[in-house]
Parts: sequence; structure tokens; C-alpha cells
Amino acid sequence: MQSLLSRAPRLAPRHLPARAFATTSARLQAEPKPVLMKEFKIYRWNPDEPEKKPTLQSYHIDLNQTGPMVLDALNKIKNEVDPTLTFRRSCREGICGSCAMNIDGQNTLACLCRIDRDANKDMKIYPLPHMYIVKDLVPDLTLFYKQYKSIKPYLQNDNPPEKGEYLQSPEDRKKLDGLYECILCACCSTSCPSYWWNQDEYLGPAALLHAYRWIADSRDSYAAERKEVLQNEMSLYRCHTIFNCARTCPKGLNPAAAIAQIKLQLATE
Amino acid sequence: MMSTRALGLGPSLRKAAFSPKILRNSLVLRNAVQRRSIQTVKMPESKTMEILNRQRLRRPSSPHFTIYQPQLTWLGSIFNRVTGAALGVVLYGFSIGYLFAPESFSSAHVIETVAGLPDAIKYFGKFALALPATFHTFNGIRHLVWDTGKWLSLEGCYRSGYAVLAATGISTLALVFYY
Repeated sequence: MQSLLSRAPRLAPRHLPARAFATTSARLQAEPKPVLMKEFKIYRWNPDEPEKKPTLQSYHIDLNQTGPMVLDALNKIKNEVDPTLTFRRSCREGICGSCAMNIDGQNTLACLCRIDRDANKDMKIYPLPHMYIVKDLVPDLTLFYKQYKSIKPYLQNDNPPEKGEYLQSPEDRKKLDGLYECILCACCSTSCPSYWWNQDEYLGPAALLHAYRWIADSRDSYAAERKEVLQNEMSLYRCHTIFNCARTCPKGLNPAAAIAQIKLQLATE
Repeated sequence: MMSTRALGLGPSLRKAAFSPKILRNSLVLRNAVQRRSIQTVKMPESKTMEILNRQRLRRPSSPHFTIYQPQLTWLGSIFNRVTGAALGVVLYGFSIGYLFAPESFSSAHVIETVAGLPDAIKYFGKFALALPATFHTFNGIRHLVWDTGKWLSLEGCYRSGYAVLAATGISTLALVFYY
């Protein structure tokens, strides 16, 4: 083992490996592309220096050596410019919800957001709004997850079928479309002004969308109980149908409509 | 040697020793051998919680409405709230004023006072009353429709939003210049 380690540098080939980082492969391109520098202004805050106020830090990146999405730019910065830049990311295809952040004023997933190729305009990247910041672009989502847990996001039914699985008609299954796709990225909740001012008591669009997802499910028999816990001033009714949630959802869902349906059911039953 | 074990890279390096194909991949070796020398410190959970809680106390709150993109959705909502509050203040102020000084707030006296004002102030006053009143009324109708379960798509929200703005503009101008 020791000998392997000492030999390692000599064994490493001079040329790039077959699968290098796409962002570093400028030398492999047949014809070098023109340089297209764009400025990225990114929110920075370091918990090791808590007395320093959060600042916007500028990074200049050649867009022709970067992938098309904002997450590609962030990865390039972290890999090649500043390894201290901190952000969450995982799937890079909009299904994990990790890289939710505020890009040019809108909450969205960095992996689904294209970089505007206008190099004259800078791109501002902030963490999700009105959240406590763990570091740089990483918000503390503890409360958000607790709120999700509080709506009991699982099937509740005291009379399971004697044999096999719960059955559901195609029409009933259709009611869940536009609800089950939510990946809990927190873009909607943190875009909601009501959630900004009252997140300690108001559940927020994401949790309420999921609440409705279980109320609407024909296999769940606890709809009445689920509605009962929302029947108070704060949990549900802080929603003022602002529609920031539907406007910002990177999956194209409509939490505002789901919340309105809960309100309608509560009012008409 | 210690650092490779700590990183859990022992198995991959052992495999690499017998597998020329992986050995040729400089990426594995570069990461495993040359770059990293991470040292971790083991501490009891009480101690880590203490560090975490100390951090939690000092965390900043990220910026919100100052950096959020101006959109018809939330700006319309704020304007609805502001106009509602302003109209409320006017209504209650006038009513309470009437309660304490019925003469100076009687219809006849108010008409007389306003009639004596210069035209510019009259038009401005009409505008300042007409705009909030009409916007709040039309947006209130929009909210009532939403509460019945209609217009709840994003498209419905924007269409009705622009309709409210148009109706507000037209009715405000009509009230200011024709009544």
C-alpha cells in the first residue's frame, strides 16, 4: 500500500482521463470558443465568523466553459474558483429539491434554471428568502420539515382491505395529479409573504398542498380529522391567495389552488 | 495511510492496486492521494449540540421582499392590504370625527368646505379616494370568485389581476373627471 502511494504521481497519465469534468475540458475542444464572462453575485455568510454581516460576493465565469444551468455555474465556482462556497445539490435534474434558492429574485431550483446568456447583466443568487441561514446558500429547513410532519403525510385508514392493496378508481386517482409530484424543495413556502411574517404558526403552501393531497385521497379515511386540525386562525387561513407559490413552483404545481380547495371544503361541509 | 482509512478509500485503493484499468484513472488517485488530508475530531453529542445551538442563535435571516422579483401576485396583494387599511382609517376617522364634532363633519359643511378648495386639490383628493376604493372593490370581487373555487389557475390569477387593474384605471379616471 505504501509503495502504491509513493508511486502514484508517476503512474498518473499526463493527458486528461477519458471522463474529465466537462467544465475543465477547454483544451479538448476542437476550436476554442470566444470568452463570454458573466458576473455572478452570490450571498455569502460564514458561521465561523458570525460577527461579519452577510455580503454579496462577485464571481466572474466564462459561460462558454460552463454548462447551461445555474447549478453548473455554482459547481464550476466551487470546483475551480472558491471551494468555500456552500450550497446543497444532489440530483441535478429537478427531482431531489436540494438546490432550491432565490435566483434573480425568483425561488427556483438551480439545476432547472438556465443561465441568462446576456453577459452585461449580472446574476444575483440568494438563499431561500426569510429563512435562517446555516451557511451561504444553505437555509435551515428544520421548521419546514416539522410542519410537513405535522400534517401526517401518510395513509390513515382503520379499515384496510381484507386482501391485497387499497383499490382506487381512475377518477379518484386523477384527483392526486398536481399534488403528488411535490418534491418539498420549499420554493413555494419561502416565496409566500404570509409565510415570511407568520412561519411559526402558518403551515405554508408546501405543507398545505400535502395536507390536501391526503384529504383528496379516496383511500384515506381521516379527511375529517385532517380538516379539523386546520380549522383555526393560523394554520390554514393565513393564506391570502397571493399566488406567489404557484408562480414560483419549479414543478409547475399550484399550492394556492389546493389551499383554496381546503378552504372551500371547510366552508361548505 | 491513516488519511486514506479515515476517508474510507482503503478498499478502492486496494482494488486499484490490482486493477490496471482503475489505476490509469488519474482522477481517483489525484483525489485520494494528493489533495485530501482531512482530520476529524470526535466529540460527545452534548458537545456537538452545544456548538449547533450556539450557531443557531447567531444565524442571520435571509433577505426577502427587498430581493424578491416584483410580481403582480404579491404586489397586488400588498396594495389590496394597504388600500383596505387606508380606506378603513378614512371611514373610522370620519365617523369618530362626526361623533365628537357633528357640526364640522356634517354633509352640508363638508360640501361647503370642499367647494371652496382650488381645483388641483379637488382632483387630487378625488383621485386619492377613487383609486383605493375602486381597486379594493374590484380585487375584493376577485377574492370572492376565488373563494368559490374558480379562477384558481396561475393563468386565471394573472388574467383577473390585469382585469382588476384595467377596471381600476378606467373607473378611477371616470370618477375623477366625470363625477
